[in-house]
Amino acid sequence: MGLVLLLLALGVVGGVYGVATTTPSSADAALVGDQTQIEEGRRLYLEGCSSCHGLNAEGAASGPTLIGVGAASVHFQVATGRMPLAAPGAQAPVKKDIYSSEEVLAMAAYIASLAPGPAIPTAEQIDYTDADVAEGGVLFRINCAQCHQAAGQGGALTQGKYAPSLMEASPQEIYEAMLTGPQNMPIFNDKTLPTEEKQAVIAYIMELQEAPSPGGLSLGRLGPVVEGLFLWTAVFAALIGAAVWIGIRAR
Amino acid sequence: MSTTEKVGAEAGTFVDQRLGSNKWLGKNLKKVFPDHWSFMLGEIALYSFMVVLITGVFLTLFYKPSLVEVVYEGSYVPLKGIYMTEAYATTLDISFDVRGGLLIRQMHHWSALIFVAAISVHLFRVFFTGAFRKPREMNWVIGVGLLVLALGAGFSGYSLPDDLLSGTGLQIARGIAQAIPIIGTWAAFLLFDGQFPGVDFMSRLYMVHILLIPGLIIALITVHLMMVWYQKHTQFPGQGRTNENVVGYPLLPVYMAKAGGFFFIVFGIITMLSGLVNINPVWIFGPYTPDQVTAGTQPDWYIGWLDGALRVMPNWETVAFGFTVSWNILIPAVIIPGIIFTAMAFYPFLEAWATGDKREHHLLDRPRNAPVRTGIGVMSIVFYGLLWLGGGNDLVATTFNLSINAITWFLRIGLFVLPPLAFIITKRTCLSLQRRDREKLLHGYESGRVLRLPHGEFVEVHEPLGNKEKAILMAKLDSEQTPIALPQKTDANGVKNKRYRIEMLRARLSGFYFADTIAPPTLEEIEAGQAHVAHEAALEAPLHEYEETHYVNVPFHGGVLHEEGAPMTNAEALEVTRHKD
Ligand code: HEC
Ligand code: HEC
Ligand code: HEM
Repeated sequence: MGLVLLLLALGVVGGVYGVATTTPSSADAALVGDQTQIEEGRRLYLEGCSSCHGLNAEGAASGPTLIGVGAASVHFQVATGRMPLAAPGAQAPVKKDIYSSEEVLAMAAYIASLAPGPAIPTAEQIDYTDADVAEGGVLFRINCAQCHQAAGQGGALTQGKYAPSLMEASPQEIYEAMLTGPQNMPIFNDKTLPTEEKQAVIAYIMELQEAPSPGGLSLGRLGPVVEGLFLWTAVFAALIGAAVWIGIRAR
Repeated sequence: MSTTEKVGAEAGTFVDQRLGSNKWLGKNLKKVFPDHWSFMLGEIALYSFMVVLITGVFLTLFYKPSLVEVVYEGSYVPLKGIYMTEAYATTLDISFDVRGGLLIRQMHHWSALIFVAAISVHLFRVFFTGAFRKPREMNWVIGVGLLVLALGAGFSGYSLPDDLLSGTGLQIARGIAQAIPIIGTWAAFLLFDGQFPGVDFMSRLYMVHILLIPGLIIALITVHLMMVWYQKHTQFPGQGRTNENVVGYPLLPVYMAKAGGFFFIVFGIITMLSGLVNINPVWIFGPYTPDQVTAGTQPDWYIGWLDGALRVMPNWETVAFGFTVSWNILIPAVIIPGIIFTAMAFYPFLEAWATGDKREHHLLDRPRNAPVRTGIGVMSIVFYGLLWLGGGNDLVATTFNLSINAITWFLRIGLFVLPPLAFIITKRTCLSLQRRDREKLLHGYESGRVLRLPHGEFVEVHEPLGNKEKAILMAKLDSEQTPIALPQKTDANGVKNKRYRIEMLRARLSGFYFADTIAPPTLEEIEAGQAHVAHEAALEAPLHEYEETHYVNVPFHGGVLHEEGAPMTNAEALEVTRHKD
């Protein structure tokens, strides 16, 4: 019992620490870390999530347990609109986030209060301005490209599952995804990918998102299949059009 | 005579006195070429190949086929300080640090894609019109050789930049080489110079890409075009065109002007495309290292069908005498392409044998008049298309929210079901087009005007065919073939026919080709039909005087149309002859 209490306490601290540091603007002590936030989170949880995850987040037939998944996981799942799940399917799709950021943080704090887990990354942790883009590129190709494709455009996995495109992902989302490994994605904890390396990966993904395409129209950077499709449609329409035109000329 | 003309004439005389060329030129510059847009498809291949050659020479000035490791210090920041091979580094240099380099690289790649695509559509044209028939079978075989070489050229080029995609492609190629029973391991060692990627490998591949394959392609194109020249070009049936003449424009000036103009159009399209649309952004894929792969790893489009075959194939392996036979690689990557290219190369001879057709053909077939051949063509395209789809299965899955496993199963079944279905549909479509042609030849166009004759009969008035269209439709009378008669087991003297089985097979095949085609009307029938049309026109003539009064000329639909039994098929015709015997 003592151990459980200790863990709970640690979880609260962890979660609170995370919440406190990600939102430096809302550093007003009123929201941060206090019991009211956790209560608010619990209320929201019971309303929107408990039908699937159980009244005490212990898991149920239609959803896994959330004890120990950490604030980062909740923030990632809810802020990207994956949760609450609308309908069972191969994978929870990204949709519009229905909660305000305070509500998300409250639920994250509640789940974190149940057991320790990865906290929401701090602003400092996701600051990638000094990171090495080239190193990030190498890490990205080693760790992420096999699922998310070299240009971060996403790719198919088996049985209708997929690794989504990373073109819209924010630094925080990327960090949380690495930290919590949603669904089929592996977890990249601090041993496999220390913070600096995570920052490098983020820097590279941001480069992919922002960099213009040096060679002209990028065709979605989806590779040879799309190039072939473009060739057989637009380019051949032009070439055959020209052939027909030349054939009609000088009659 | 102006000075220029004088200089020109003198130069001409100078050359002629040494080479005796004037007579030769005089004859050949007047050579006639028939005109049809689809005859330009081969030219697209030729011109894009020229662009490939020119841009390729430029690239050789900067590219180094070396697998020596260097640290990248060029101007593309996201790769700065990274270890990579010289091959990849020089490719990046061409893209970012050589003036105009990226444009030329993209031109080289786009024109290579266009080259193979143009060969393919050219091949379709030749196949569906029967241009491969005697005496042009050898040129067809050369064409298939060119196609295979073009695939080789493309694949070897795709592998040169040593980026992640090319390396992954090479590893698959190595796997395929290794899967060949008995010699596989040795073949892979020979090709790749020991372990993958090997040190000398890139320079070998480079030699193949810039010397061996282009040399062979140039040699074969030369023979190919000389044969077109010598055998003269085929033409579509039409007014004044026969199997013995060529109707068209002289080489100089008309054909030269057109072909020359078309060269610049193709060149222009390729340049514009390469300036506007990115292809193969190697800097995104990163340098090749064996421990990396990316999702969406795909070959260029023309290798996609082979990749698709690999992806669709179930994972079968057998172990025999301590060796593993990898059917999962062998069937899709060696056996299926082997069968396809062999069948393609031999098709003209197979068809000629099956149909017993030994005539020379300089008039092209309209695809509908060769329903079985057209069906085989469409069937092959569908088969190829499905494999192609398999090569992009991951993108199909993400784009249309499908499961990759479902696509694989769809393809596994579809590959056996859909091509035959395509054959049947195509053949039926051709036959109904033939029926319509027959109707037109016999009765002309249906005008939609219906007359009621004094004794109460209704007739629909037909308009006669124009001469041009009639000439096209009449071509079927000349090209028409009937199935070979069934062989006899014994001849009149009771001697056993030793070739009975093979002759039977041949008769069956020719039945497969021709039994169902709609027999064209005979000349007498056509004449009768025309008389009929004239008769109707005569009946209708008095009514035209009343045209202004409206009520006479109201079109009436649904009246009783006239007679003429359903067209007899060849098979029925044959039955009739047999019964008479
Ligand atoms: C309709 C049922 C359903 C509802 C409602 C729902 N979830 Fe889930 N949730 C799931 C399922 C199923 C999974 C596991 C599969 C997945 O991630 O898509 C899951 C996964 C999660 C995870 C990831 C668990 C892990 O192991 O990392 C979190 C966090 C989560 N849900 C939080 C929530 C929150 C917070 C809410 C309420 C706002 C919520 N869910 C509402 C069904 C549901
Ligand atoms: C084994 C495949 C796999 C690997 C490797 C992988 N991911 Fe993922 N990733 C996924 C899947 C599957 C999802 C979707 C999870 C979901 O929807 O619940 C995902 C989701 C994400 C998201 C969320 C995107 C969004 O639209 O919200 C980010 C960001 C992300 N991954 C980043 C990474 C990074 C960075 C790496 C490398 C360090 C990586 N992933 C490695 C499979 C993978
Ligand atoms: C390297 C690629 C090729 C080039 C540059 C090329 C070029 C040409 C050109 C310019 C012609 C004359 C015009 C025409 O009919 O289009 C021609 C004719 C021909 N080609 Fe090709 N071709 C290529 C590949 C092929 C292939 C792949 C095939 C078939 C497998 C093929 C079969 C033929 C045949 C049979 C003719 C004679 C057609 C006729 O006279 O109607 N060629 N080729």
